[in-house]
Amino acid sequence: MFLTFLRNAIRFSTIFLFGSTGETITEKSGHLNLGTPGIMCLGALGGCVGSRIYLNSIGSDPALINGFSAVMTGVIFAMIFAGLGGLLYGFLTITLRCNQNVTGLAITTFGAGATNFFITYVDRTGFNYLAAKYTAPISPASDWFSSIFLSHGVLVYSAIVLALIVAFVMKKTRTGLNLTAIGENPATADAAGINVTGYKYVSCVLGGAVSGLGGLFYIMDYLYGSWEYSIDAMGWLAVALVIFSVWKPNWGILGSILFGALYILPTYAGVNFSIQELVKMVPYAVTIIVLVITSIVNRRESQPPAALGLSYFREER
Amino acid sequence: MSLKTAAAGGNVKHHKEPLFHLVKRTDIATWKKWLIRIVTVAAALLLSGIVCAVLTDGSNFIGFYEQLFRGAFGSTWRIQVLFQSWAILMCISLAVTPAFKMRFWNIGAEGQTLIAALASVTVIMYLGGKVPNAVLILVMLAASILAGAVWGAIPAIFKAQWGTNETLFTLMMNYVATQLVLFSVNAWAKDGSGTLGVLNYGSFDGLFGLEYIQNVVFVTVLTVIVFIYLKFSKHGYELEVVGESVNTAKYIGINVKKVIIRTMIFSGVMCGFAGFLLVGGSPTPTVNGTLVGGRGFTAILVSWLSKFSPVAMVFVTLLVVFLERGSSQAANSMRLGDTAAFEDIVVGLFFLLIIACEFFINYKVKFRKKEGK
Repeated sequence: MFLTFLRNAIRFSTIFLFGSTGETITEKSGHLNLGTPGIMCLGALGGCVGSRIYLNSIGSDPALINGFSAVMTGVIFAMIFAGLGGLLYGFLTITLRCNQNVTGLAITTFGAGATNFFITYVDRTGFNYLAAKYTAPISPASDWFSSIFLSHGVLVYSAIVLALIVAFVMKKTRTGLNLTAIGENPATADAAGINVTGYKYVSCVLGGAVSGLGGLFYIMDYLYGSWEYSIDAMGWLAVALVIFSVWKPNWGILGSILFGALYILPTYAGVNFSIQELVKMVPYAVTIIVLVITSIVNRRESQPPAALGLSYFREER
Repeated sequence: MSLKTAAAGGNVKHHKEPLFHLVKRTDIATWKKWLIRIVTVAAALLLSGIVCAVLTDGSNFIGFYEQLFRGAFGSTWRIQVLFQSWAILMCISLAVTPAFKMRFWNIGAEGQTLIAALASVTVIMYLGGKVPNAVLILVMLAASILAGAVWGAIPAIFKAQWGTNETLFTLMMNYVATQLVLFSVNAWAKDGSGTLGVLNYGSFDGLFGLEYIQNVVFVTVLTVIVFIYLKFSKHGYELEVVGESVNTAKYIGINVKKVIIRTMIFSGVMCGFAGFLLVGGSPTPTVNGTLVGGRGFTAILVSWLSKFSPVAMVFVTLLVVFLERGSSQAANSMRLGDTAAFEDIVVGLFFLLIIACEFFINYKVKFRKKEGK
């Protein structure tokens, strides 16, 4: 019982981890992308479209499905669709200098609407065979250790590896430090010769693409290829996780497992429906507490990027 | 040739001038502004029509516009629904405006409205049928306003005291409110269905003999109040100064913390009123997790696009509910699939385009002059 709970918590955490890693990349450049829930939806839509194209290319014969190319097609399409969402956000907020909050909310409306609408146009027959490739464990569950840590599909590990890579790049490489500099003070970074616009675009598109993988995981792994309308609440939790992990994707791994555990806890707790709803409130409440504590303690390392939410116009002083 | 040797040789190679650059506009003729906006709205409508035509194999391009108007104004009942929706969205848009003018990014209107609706329903659940209807409704009003104010004040106090990020704080408060509603509904629903049916008490629909549209009357009055508050009151002036520059506000002796908390309480009170209208102003009072249905977020976009002017807001709100009602009718009549999702696409497209068009109002694109002067 506890074993399955822990196992499922780790599995579920992948949605939050992809979402928050992507959002961290974007926020580091000083762009608070409230379109993340919509972009994660777009990722799910892209994954669906890619999977359909893949199935059509092999004549929808389940025997011909190759695990690697099936998953890669899904990943690529999810990243393209979500990346386009990020690009749209980037174009509006970087080049057109529109208000970030307003743009983000509009993208959430549009992305969630477009996904829920067009996903019904995608024929999802045969997706259960594809989903089996996503969920195929890297090692069969023989004891408790492998059951908890080794029995997940490939995307679960990709999310963790990706978070570690992003954390490393942010902290140890010139690219990451440049990005941080832009998020803290774009005018100074510009004066230092960093290509501010270029960095911002890359971080918005890449951030969107990575967030979109959360949507892909949700539909192809977690729901085994079906679809239900509930990812936007998870998208907001991914945004919350960025704060919870104080803009550090490596902390985000532990945070996402905690969020995943809290999210699925109600179904394991053996309490009635109304208490379950109360338990589901905990991730949001915990985020608020973290937000309050970090602002009261006011440590420099745990603050949001100083220029978060502000447009940068070089000619404005 | 590298830059260094070029400089040493006294022959500095000029960096190529970019193809275009942006200049902030200081003034733009009013007619130009409106021309840009009208063209954008037309473009959004055209795009939605094209989406619709593509989905129906090109047969329904004109039909889309017909259905758009039919859905909004097609019958007396539809017009009533249109104005009902207008009243609620308008009320929430007014609510978020003072805080935005102060540059306080309150994206928690959804939660503030929902918690107020929950307060109203709680009052009905415990007092319904035990006290006269007039008393019940007054208690509902008080409870809603209090709940909205508390939900708005909490993030404001932390913002004022410790500078806690209000965007993320208010966002999280939305979901705390949603979960509280789901908790209460599940606790009240005796049949285990997890939904609360229509309540028998607490509706003031038909007040003053105005069936369905008494909300419109209330919200119109509120619009005038907010207009006066923002434009002519000392409070309105103070919050504008805080929005423009916190340092200026401090310098001229404005108590910034007080202004932030006071304004957010005012915003919360108005959200609370919207929640009260959603429950009591409906002929079928009830509450569920999606009662507000994203209007808290739409209101933010409406308020922003109206440039925080209550007068402009009247029309922007009308345009948005027209698009919502119309596109949902279009999707329904042409069997396009998920009606609510199609509504989101049309409204989302409209918002994205109109947000983008502000760029052309605020900035001028200057192209590079031809080489060889």
